[in-house]
Amino acid sequence: MHVTSRRFKDNVRGAVNDANLRQSLATMKTGFRVKRGLAVAALPEFEALREAGKAIKTHTLEHLDHYLEHFEARVLERGGHVHWAPDAETARRAVLDICRTHGAKTVTKGKSMVAEEIELNAFLEGHGIRPVETDLGEYIIQLRHELPSHIIAPAIHVRKSQVASTFRESHPQFPADRPLEEPRELLDEARTVLREHFLGADVGITGANFLVAETGSSVIVTNEGNGDLTQLLPRVHIVVTSIEKVVPTLEDTGTLLRLLARSATGQIMSSYTTVSTGPRRPDDPDGPDHFHVVLLDNGRSRLLGGEFQDVLRCIRCAACINHCPVYGAVGGHAYGSVYPGPIGSVLTPGLASLEESASLPNASTLCGRCEEVCPMKIPLPRMLRHWREQEFARHLTPARTRWGLRAWAFAARRPWLYRLGTGLAGRLLSRLGRGRGRLARLPLAGGWTQVRDLPVPPPGGTFMARYKRGETR
Amino acid sequence: MADSSRETVLNGIRTALRRGPVSESVRRELDGRLADHPASVVPSIARGGRDALVARFIAQAEASAATVARVAPDGVAAAVADLVRRHNLPARVAVAADPRLDDLDADGVLTVDRRGTPAPDDLVGVSHAVAGIAETGTLMMASGPASPSTLNMLPDTHIVVVRATDVAGGLEDAWDRLRALSTDGLPRTVHFITGPSRTGDIEQTLQLGAHGPRRLHVILVDDGPDALGQ
Ligand code: SF4
Repeated sequence: MHVTSRRFKDNVRGAVNDANLRQSLATMKTGFRVKRGLAVAALPEFEALREAGKAIKTHTLEHLDHYLEHFEARVLERGGHVHWAPDAETARRAVLDICRTHGAKTVTKGKSMVAEEIELNAFLEGHGIRPVETDLGEYIIQLRHELPSHIIAPAIHVRKSQVASTFRESHPQFPADRPLEEPRELLDEARTVLREHFLGADVGITGANFLVAETGSSVIVTNEGNGDLTQLLPRVHIVVTSIEKVVPTLEDTGTLLRLLARSATGQIMSSYTTVSTGPRRPDDPDGPDHFHVVLLDNGRSRLLGGEFQDVLRCIRCAACINHCPVYGAVGGHAYGSVYPGPIGSVLTPGLASLEESASLPNASTLCGRCEEVCPMKIPLPRMLRHWREQEFARHLTPARTRWGLRAWAFAARRPWLYRLGTGLAGRLLSRLGRGRGRLARLPLAGGWTQVRDLPVPPPGGTFMARYKRGETR
Repeated sequence: MADSSRETVLNGIRTALRRGPVSESVRRELDGRLADHPASVVPSIARGGRDALVARFIAQAEASAATVARVAPDGVAAAVADLVRRHNLPARVAVAADPRLDDLDADGVLTVDRRGTPAPDDLVGVSHAVAGIAETGTLMMASGPASPSTLNMLPDTHIVVVRATDVAGGLEDAWDRLRALSTDGLPRTVHFITGPSRTGDIEQTLQLGAHGPRRLHVILVDDGPDALGQ
């Protein structure tokens, strides 16, 4: 996984100055957040379902080997194939081998975050196979050579005027003066172009929201129907997914489905929930002749049994992202990982290395909103703190911060010194901000004052000093 | 190579969980859970008497932007013809090879020259659902000789016939019906369809008809003795 998270600070600078991006993010807040709120409020059993969902996933993770083996056995029974991939390279190779066996030239793709994680498109292109994304958002960013900026709305950062110019460039087959102002016109054009790809592709690749151990099925949830045409029309269907997606039974899947759509888009059920089991049967009139599942580990198994196990419960609903004030201010690209937002900040250091993604656990105000809305009750803030501790322990924190934290810790363990320090600092700050009430610049805290002013402490000493004098209520 | 990858992943999991393969007794317990497939929390919207469930199915389907017509058992062809007329659609329809959908062209309004998978230019498709799900207003479609899966996705307008007696409460009832369909595993493709295809990928404005049908029309056949009197 290519991670540029170490550049988080630079990335953010670009993001907060991007007016287009700010507009897109503002729509997200009114859209996803409001709809989720309404959907959750309409279901009295939502809390109980969260507990149930959490219990199902915890149970599955504790017996992950067994359920994966059971899943594999059912897939084989139905005539499908399972490819185990400890790392990204093995997964990419498995996909390439299948494509080559079937002489594939074009591959259509439904949205798959795991395929993004292993950078499958670039790999296939490098080997002479053309991957075509079919989810509208993924298609747009593929044409623009960008990365997804959101796990369920990958092109959320792109304005429709930008989509229009991208389409004009990429679709020379249409008249140059065609109208492309309205979302409808843009969608219709993409639909026409992608229909041809669906009908012409040799292999279809989808992700999976769930794998069902009981039946050997893969389950995808979409609104567009692109994942369906992707897997139904070509002769080969490859599911590119990861080991923690397995759940025991169809009933368990149902519990998670009830949480997923509501938490993601505020729908009760997405337009299409598709349960796919093996290749087509002898008397089926359509469907793929071959069914393959690529099961990626890529660092996930290492997270089991430790303080980060709970993150593997994630069902990728994006609620934590939609409710994150940091994501809402900087957007997805700043995180420099295909998984942005709170889930990304916890998951990315687990899958890549903490060295590569060191800034991410700090890209949070620890406000706790993500955990509140997470349908799987994943303690994201606690995990972010764990990563920060590891970062500090492994000397990945910048020298100035380390020095500052040490100095603070030294003083905090010596009350007289602490009182002296805070008293001095308070008086100094009052002096500096005299008459204005705010400080626009502060030495050693430039990063903080660059985007906001520091209120000047009121005269009369520190809180502790005033508390002692009985001045506080 | 393939086998060693498999062992690498499974051993990685066991090492992290600080144990070997699950013991015989745990295995029996887990396999028992798989065989019993217990339900967990079933929301109250998934329960109720037949009339309440049928009413909820209709309301939820409409909330998902589908349209619903409720007809007597002999009214299916007329309901299809009516929709085609109202929306100025072509009279040529692709129809699934389900015997319950024979004779749609009997009164000469519709032309059926294809039974089964649609051609890429077929604009109207007609299929029959295995069940309706009241909880979510969802249609459950199972692939097989009588129900091609591409018919659910390719035509611009998808018309689905479902019987009132096949309206189930919640997802749990739907899974049970699926298991009952065949003894050797699930049908290849089971579609749970809730409203027409849609996308919000361009500036989060909702557009219907992304890659699948723009229009989903449900024909609910009042076939139950208690449903007829409605
Ligand atoms: S961490 Fe929770 S809220 Fe975030 S995507 Fe995963 S399941 Fe959804």
